[in-house]
Amino acid sequence: MPLYHDDDQAMLADTASQFMAEEGAIAKQLRHWRDRECKDGFGHALWKQMAEMGFTGILVPEADGGLGMGHVEAGIVLEEIGRNLTPSPFLTSSVVAATALGQANDDLRGRWLPGLIAGDSVFAVAIDEGAKHRPERIATRAEKSGNGFKLSGRKDFVVQGASADMIVVAARTSGTEDDADGVTLFAVPKDAAGLDHNAVRLVDSSMASHLTLDGVELDGDAVIGEVDGGREILNRMLDAGRVGAAAEGVGVARGAMDMTVDYLKQRKQFGKLIGEFQALQHRAAHLYSEVEIARAATIKAQQLLDAGAENASLMASVAKAKVGKAAGLAVKEGVQMHGGIGMTDEYDIGLYMKRDRALAEFMGDVHYHAGRVAELSGY
Amino acid sequence: MSDLDSFRAETRAWLEANCPPEMREPVQGEEDVYWGGRKATFKSDAQKAWFEACRDKGYTVPAWPREYGGAGLSPPEAKILREEMARINARPPLSSFGIWMLGPALLKFGTEEQKRKYLNEIARGEIRWCQGYSEPGSGSDLVSLQTFGEDKGDHWIVNGQKIWTSYADKADWIFCLVRTDKSNKYQGITFMLFDMESPGVSTKPIKLISGNSPFCETFFDDVKVPKDQYVGEINRGWDVAKYLLGHEREMISGADNSERGAGIGAMLKRQTGELDPVLRAELALFDVDALAFSAMAEKFLDEVKVGKAHPAQPNMMKYAGTELNKRRHELMMAAGGSAALEWDSEESRGGSAARSWLRTKANSIEGGTSEVMLNVIAKRILELPGA
Repeated sequence: MPLYHDDDQAMLADTASQFMAEEGAIAKQLRHWRDRECKDGFGHALWKQMAEMGFTGILVPEADGGLGMGHVEAGIVLEEIGRNLTPSPFLTSSVVAATALGQANDDLRGRWLPGLIAGDSVFAVAIDEGAKHRPERIATRAEKSGNGFKLSGRKDFVVQGASADMIVVAARTSGTEDDADGVTLFAVPKDAAGLDHNAVRLVDSSMASHLTLDGVELDGDAVIGEVDGGREILNRMLDAGRVGAAAEGVGVARGAMDMTVDYLKQRKQFGKLIGEFQALQHRAAHLYSEVEIARAATIKAQQLLDAGAENASLMASVAKAKVGKAAGLAVKEGVQMHGGIGMTDEYDIGLYMKRDRALAEFMGDVHYHAGRVAELSGY
Repeated sequence: MSDLDSFRAETRAWLEANCPPEMREPVQGEEDVYWGGRKATFKSDAQKAWFEACRDKGYTVPAWPREYGGAGLSPPEAKILREEMARINARPPLSSFGIWMLGPALLKFGTEEQKRKYLNEIARGEIRWCQGYSEPGSGSDLVSLQTFGEDKGDHWIVNGQKIWTSYADKADWIFCLVRTDKSNKYQGITFMLFDMESPGVSTKPIKLISGNSPFCETFFDDVKVPKDQYVGEINRGWDVAKYLLGHEREMISGADNSERGAGIGAMLKRQTGELDPVLRAELALFDVDALAFSAMAEKFLDEVKVGKAHPAQPNMMKYAGTELNKRRHELMMAAGGSAALEWDSEESRGGSAARSWLRTKANSIEGGTSEVMLNVIAKRILELPGA
């Protein structure tokens, strides 16, 4: 398969680009909800509109009422979300949680997928237990209780956790913290007794919650996949999240870069457009190269994931790490090249820097994924 | 089974039958590369057999039309052949500036007669070409070149000096930029072709910091060039040169060979045993960049095939590819330690690590410096204003 978008994908990109630029624009969404200190950090009306566009069910199989598309298509929407810094539960709900629900039994699919497709429900995923992403380590416990389970433990930085109708929780049904086996995934509804959120606002104005599970009782049918056999589904969710976050990061990088290059063509100093100065031209050209390469790596990872290829997981880490580097460079150069106004809240460039920082941590940062590339490569 | 699936199966079977095991090992040194030409000799029977099998099948230039010595493969078929050759680590049967640089320019600008003659000679490895672009005063700034061809009616008389002419001492013919009109900087250059055995042509190797000398100085003293030996239009050689430079940049970037972009951490771990933790981290970050670039190279080639790539994109590939290659060799030296310093022992294969490391420093100079590439990206892709 060639490494560019085919005609249908290019059409989707046009649609998504136009929609996000109009409806998901920074002033209309991010600034609007931030300035109102919105407790969700995103607008439900936009989520509903995204459902009308068909975006919410993009990865949901047609048999379940979705569009049955792949990670390339989800990535197209995510890139536009990134470019416009649109706050939305798309990544957690339609990409990561949807990947988990794809492996769930008919009851769970019937219970949760229609709400996702209609834009009535949002989902979160609770994996991390600490400030850094370490999915190898799961301490939260799920003990047998009657015909179901009782969950106890703590999950940190659950993105949009307090706003979610359902949270996919990774817990341990056997073994010890660092064991690969013995992990089980649960679909935990928001009103489950014993579930408590301490919601915090992050640097990019998004909301995350520290989740406390204090003997949360669940029926046996809340299990996604097999008891003790959740690691494989978790890995799929992680790969979907890595590649998805990479795609959003590409959008952030391109948005910041475009804004900066435009600024270089307008701002005058010393009687010249600053874009005429070779020192800045070279840095801008280097940045362009890095962002293009990061984007290529992301599209490659999306295609491999859709094809179920053996090296998809390696490439997912390559993409997340490469985007982390390139987008980090894009926002840093963006703020620097804007000069003093780049430090003001009035200009959007700083918002890109904030979103990049949050996205860089989500699903593992550059160091985590470079380490994973080394391990998967055998050193 | 689709046509492409059956093409893959046929290709696999053909390679299995025709690519000798010795030709499936990585190239270790210069003698493992076959360049063809009048003076060529084969290093081994396997090298000869592999070259001849590919030549007869049109696989030295698989995508060129059959009438010019190619196999006439469609872009997806050519990609399958590349993939299948990469799968068994098959060496290129023939390396040649004729294939990489002159050929594409002739396909675009040559007359039918030129194509039939020169392309077939290139494809069959009969004539080895070298490139006469740079001059002592014109490196990256090629349009300032001074070599002059005086119009003598049915021929030109060429005088001047070229520099950095790779393998000029081993080449049979040269493709060369010659000023034919002194009044116009850009539209006064003609793209000429002539035999290196013409009276008045002499070459002298330049010894480099790597101790090797693939490059030469080349002198033209009243060289007679027949009037029909030019490509494109007279005085419009810059159009041909620019087109060809795009291919050269692609080649130097390694975009045509994504294998060069692959990770090196695992290989160095195997070679050196334990890795220092900081070096391991650097290798991991390098591998991220290298594997990402490899995806970029694949995307770029896919886009070139369907005309989606920006015309200045080869400059980006050249910049990123060569900077990456320099970093790769810095890391290989660091991992090799003192053993990588050995200059001429048999154990070190004649100091190949050190010599390759030094050689890569030229990557970001030859074919236009990294700084020139960045200028082109800034102006033509990002459309930043001119100074």
